[in-house]
Amino acid sequence: MGINGGQALIRALEREGVEVLFGLPGGAILPVYDPLIDSPIRHVLVRHEQGAGHMAEGYAHATGRVGVAMVTSGPAATNIVTPLCDAYMDSVPMVCITGQVPSTAIGTDAFQECDTVGITRSVTKHNELVTRAEDIPMAIRQAFYIATTGRPGPVLVDIPKDIVDPANPRSAMDWYWPTDAEVAASLPGYKPSTQGDPVRIREAAELINRSVKPVIYAGGGILKARAAEALRALAELCDLPVVTTLMARGAFPDDHPLCLGMPGMHGNYTAITAMQEADLLIALGSRFDDRVTGRLDGFAPSAKIIHVDIDPAELGKVRRPDVAIVGDCRSVIEDLLAALHALGGSAVQPDRSAWKQQLSGWREKFPLTYENLEAGEGHVKPQFVLERLRSLTPDDTIVASGVGQHQMWTSQYWKFNHPYTWVNSGGLGTMGFSIPAAIGAKVGRPDRMVWAIDGDGCFQMTAQELVTASAERIPIKVAILNNAYLGMVRQWQEMFYDERYSEVYLSPDLPDYVKWAEAMGCAAMRVESTDEVDAAIEKANSINDRPVVIEFRTDAREKVFPMVPAGKNNSEVMVDPSQQAELARIRALGL
Amino acid sequence: MGNYHTLVVLVENKPGVLARVAGLFARRGFNIHSLAVAPTEDERISRITIVADTESAPVEQIVKQLDKLINVVRIDELAPQDSVEQELLMAAVQASVGERSKVLELCQIFSAKVLDTGTQEMMVRLAGSPAKLDDFEQLLRPLGISAIQRTGRVALPRLDHAAPGATLRSVS
Repeated sequence: MGINGGQALIRALEREGVEVLFGLPGGAILPVYDPLIDSPIRHVLVRHEQGAGHMAEGYAHATGRVGVAMVTSGPAATNIVTPLCDAYMDSVPMVCITGQVPSTAIGTDAFQECDTVGITRSVTKHNELVTRAEDIPMAIRQAFYIATTGRPGPVLVDIPKDIVDPANPRSAMDWYWPTDAEVAASLPGYKPSTQGDPVRIREAAELINRSVKPVIYAGGGILKARAAEALRALAELCDLPVVTTLMARGAFPDDHPLCLGMPGMHGNYTAITAMQEADLLIALGSRFDDRVTGRLDGFAPSAKIIHVDIDPAELGKVRRPDVAIVGDCRSVIEDLLAALHALGGSAVQPDRSAWKQQLSGWREKFPLTYENLEAGEGHVKPQFVLERLRSLTPDDTIVASGVGQHQMWTSQYWKFNHPYTWVNSGGLGTMGFSIPAAIGAKVGRPDRMVWAIDGDGCFQMTAQELVTASAERIPIKVAILNNAYLGMVRQWQEMFYDERYSEVYLSPDLPDYVKWAEAMGCAAMRVESTDEVDAAIEKANSINDRPVVIEFRTDAREKVFPMVPAGKNNSEVMVDPSQQAELARIRALGL
Repeated sequence: MGNYHTLVVLVENKPGVLARVAGLFARRGFNIHSLAVAPTEDERISRITIVADTESAPVEQIVKQLDKLINVVRIDELAPQDSVEQELLMAAVQASVGERSKVLELCQIFSAKVLDTGTQEMMVRLAGSPAKLDDFEQLLRPLGISAIQRTGRVALPRLDHAAPGATLRSVS
């Protein structure tokens, strides 16, 4: 059947089950926006292409489905490089379609031309410049297949204007839809393995059965593999304590007695120390990131390592595992459960009462803590805002954060009891992630309440997407923790640069966040005292016809603890000032 | 030459694939000692022979990262003892009328070929094992090399030398 490339592109997206595109049109992609009018696919018109990319990521985080962004050539493509890199670092399934100048103009420095495929090569799982209209359906099928299988990631498809423009004969083609077999055959070098090696899995089971100080080190791969239930079954079968990394918050319920919380630079004391002291780390879909390990040569010195990852290159990249298993986390954990059952299951687990006692002792002595203020005493404590938000919102609320102090506090103080309720930028650490990501999450899960927790620095980077949210009636809620500083940088300057504050002050009231939010069509409130917090949150929760922004004026002196200073060994973790004397006492005793 | 491994990488014969491979080495901080690319007997596939410096990164990590590239079809790691390696060298050497015999003598010893002769220089070519090329280059150097170009090595696995039916397995 005769069709043009632009129509074929939209039809291919429909066939892939795409329900929403996040994008912004422009010259080179114009012909694709015409058939979009007649398509059931929803289009969310962003105000900046970076927003489109992060929305696609937020959508993917919350739903597990591919997020799709579509933008034009040149500056639009360069604007979406940051989200591509973000998705690459955090293994987010995403397809990005970019317009390109006509084939004949490629390489001539044409208007709005850039080497999109060259620029995005190192920040995508794969990318492709399509040169013929008839190749479009296959390119789209390959993109979705690659983005979602193996280790998920972003795939970019660059489409020159001439092959989608009905006025150009090069756009004429016959529609066809490649079969699964044709897609697989077209990618001879791509064969992701999902099944773990049964011999290695049995070795892993035997290591678990001998370990007296085990810790499961659960990473974002658990969520990507939809393995949260399997993880819980594994932990419960063998009574194994679990830490959940920044990318895995919610993969194991924080209210579970086996949950130790988040490890790493700003993890809690018990999670960090349990990993340090463990005799076995069961790393499931985690990658020994430097923010988790601290100084590598001092990390978990006595632990044997079982490392399960779908990406073979992660095994041994940072820490050499004793048992390396390539495979999909859910499939491997299920096989591991079977192996453990075959060896005797819970009945053959060694006595770990001393370990359990040690863990509960640390939990009791070094919980997350901060000193709250009475009403009217000064600016609100950010941790208090998060505790109240958590209490006053539904259990399955999705929360998205930017990057910095507010992100760490959210990860610490939000109790995550459900998978896919935490959306954040872990690997790349992209300031400004939260508002567009929250919008994408809300589009994907309109049934859920979605809160963006933002800092004042982050908010100023992507706030314009609240215009998108208002125009498209996407009622997200935003909490700005306004401490008038680039807070995390301020914290480092206070602690490690002798309180010499360099270029971190932002001002509490420039811009006026309430006026700005209102100008963007949002309901807006300002909270300056502890006793106003609950009422503001409750009011925000009751508004569902437009986005809501609450600006909380928070205490700039507040720092994130615990903290493992950069380059230090995790055993040198610093706790909250109120706990430091007790920690010093315990360390002096060599406990 | 320090620690190196020869990687024979079969890739899809498509635009930009070499850039993906080279870009990966650059981005991950792996060093390439030499690189040679050519089509294979199958027109859909090209063969890239990379001599990788394994002091910059463990060869296992280099191979695994390469394997993640969608267009990489197959990677073989050839240890020097398991492969036949060849390289080609071209050089222009100072050789005025009276001194040509020195160059010719070296060419004769190494079975190199004279490709061009000028008034002041001679151009020679040698194909062979990289070590032989190293020796040749070293002996040419005192004569005065004005230009030299080496291709980087190409390699194929050593063939099975056993007669049909015979076995090389050791018997204890």
